Amino acid sequence: MCGIAGLIHRGKSSNVGEELQSMLQALKHRGPDSTGYALYSQNDGQNFIMRFKVGENVGEGSTSVNEDASVYDDRKKLVDKNLSELGAIIVKEEKLTPYSYRYEIKYDKDLMDFSKKIESVEMVEILSIGKSLELIKDLGDAKTVSERYNLDKVTGTHGIGHARMATESGVDIKSAHPFWGYPFADVSVVHNGQLTNYWNNRRALENKGMRFMSECDSELIAVFLAEKMRNGATLEEGMKESLTGLDGVFTYFVATKDSLGMAKDTMAAKPLVLYESDDLVAMGSEEIAIRSILPQEITTYDPFDGEVKVWQI
Amino acid sequence: MANLKVTQKKTKAQSMGMHTEVLTGKTQQKFFNPDEAENFFYWGTHDVDFNKRTELDVKDMDCKEANAKIDSLMNEGYGTIVIKNPQGKHSLGVGILNKLNLIFEGSLGYFGVGSIDGPIVRVNGRVGWSCAENMMAGKVVIEKNAGSCFGAAIRGGDLVCKGSVGARTGIDQKGGTIIVGGDAGAFTGFMMQRGRIVILGDVGINLGDSMYDGTIYVGGKIGSFGSDAVEAPMTKNDIDWLNRKLKVAEIGDNFDVSKMTKVVAGKKLWNYDALEPTEKKGAI
Repeated sequence: MCGIAGLIHRGKSSNVGEELQSMLQALKHRGPDSTGYALYSQNDGQNFIMRFKVGENVGEGSTSVNEDASVYDDRKKLVDKNLSELGAIIVKEEKLTPYSYRYEIKYDKDLMDFSKKIESVEMVEILSIGKSLELIKDLGDAKTVSERYNLDKVTGTHGIGHARMATESGVDIKSAHPFWGYPFADVSVVHNGQLTNYWNNRRALENKGMRFMSECDSELIAVFLAEKMRNGATLEEGMKESLTGLDGVFTYFVATKDSLGMAKDTMAAKPLVLYESDDLVAMGSEEIAIRSILPQEITTYDPFDGEVKVWQI
Repeated sequence: MANLKVTQKKTKAQSMGMHTEVLTGKTQQKFFNPDEAENFFYWGTHDVDFNKRTELDVKDMDCKEANAKIDSLMNEGYGTIVIKNPQGKHSLGVGILNKLNLIFEGSLGYFGVGSIDGPIVRVNGRVGWSCAENMMAGKVVIEKNAGSCFGAAIRGGDLVCKGSVGARTGIDQKGGTIIVGGDAGAFTGFMMQRGRIVILGDVGINLGDSMYDGTIYVGGKIGSFGSDAVEAPMTKNDIDWLNRKLKVAEIGDNFDVSKMTKVVAGKKLWNYDALEPTEKKGAI
């Protein structure tokens, strides 16, 4: 059992960091292990924002191997070296925790080659890259992660988030949601459920050159959609194909630079409550997530089995 | 005790597609004895006065506190309780075993008004998953939409949703009536065993999958039939009952029930025989 939440403001920006934190905190009972946010703001679009980690959070509850923190600096230096070799220019860098960084970079070449080069450094993983996506995930509940990364001040148009109860893989950042839709800029996915044909799909996708960073079944959705889009499908077409291509039970959200989508499996085995108005769409695993930002009486509903919806900002 | 095994004439219920299997065995012969009434005590019930009305704001309460407060108000004799600001909280109004007018001014989360036996409940909002699960008697009316597993395993009473409901409505239903004014999702009536489900709108795939007994009426389109769910002819009894029931449910004004599709169990999936479980055990 995990909790997922998402919202999109149509035609305006809002304090999505704070709103998503409230929604995910209301779902804490569904997933206390880790929390992740994918927040989208409409930046000037000049530079890429890259968030990456050079190690794991080895705090309480983590299943990661404890490392000497000195290796983090060595890995960061190797990342900088690789960026230089790729021709990328670091415009701004922030050290967020001992194991994670946020870079603004100038880069105009292929993102797949870029990602392979950066992630060739041991334990380094790009959490997200894009011109509007800020993907943050770490161990702890929504409030803890939000405070650690100062998310309550983040404004933007839309976002998705995840409160994780680890069932299929470890309690660590690499298995936490959201997942970046490698190698597409600004694509992220959160999922509630279990996928039963993970290995069949993973082997097939790896043979096509796609990469997996974790053994979490949910990462498959991001990679599955990315591969469809790489072959020319729209986001909505890829999501519709996932209803038959992915086996198991799932409700998932996917976000891009200017859209937010949801898909529900044909068994409708995982919950989702949806509120939709002209200027706001808010959805979550339980109604209390929506109530945390819309306490007044509103009309909500459960999307049906096999339903796919996509909204634009 | 009449021997149902040799009863030739079909009852009204049987003609509507219900209770068609032959019931035998000692388990069918236990009835409440009025002479023993004074020894009969229903724990957790209260004598309430419907004219005694109060309001309860649960905005800052968790579900345990709110339910304890409802119980204490019933203990004080309040028979009409209005709950303010439920705000999607889970498990509100559960386990009420006596008559009561319970009104929620807002929406409920999961497992709202579960395991109730008698109250009349109105929810002026939406309900989440598994509303009225295991309901035994009473009436529950939802003014907006409902989540999945609406009326799971209910034994009796009337459960009404004026909007649309999610998947697996009436899963494992053992009695009572579920009425939905809008559409219903996949697996409606999954493994139902008794009772009736009425959907005025469309239903999703696998309608009545693996149903043992009971009847489902659908006014709109059917995504697909589930295993062993078959269409049956509508009778005058069905039409009369539907008209009467929709009126009580306050929905479906002028709805032409004669055009609804009636779905019952084909009874080819399971091994139906005349033995009750206790007799079967003895035979083995």
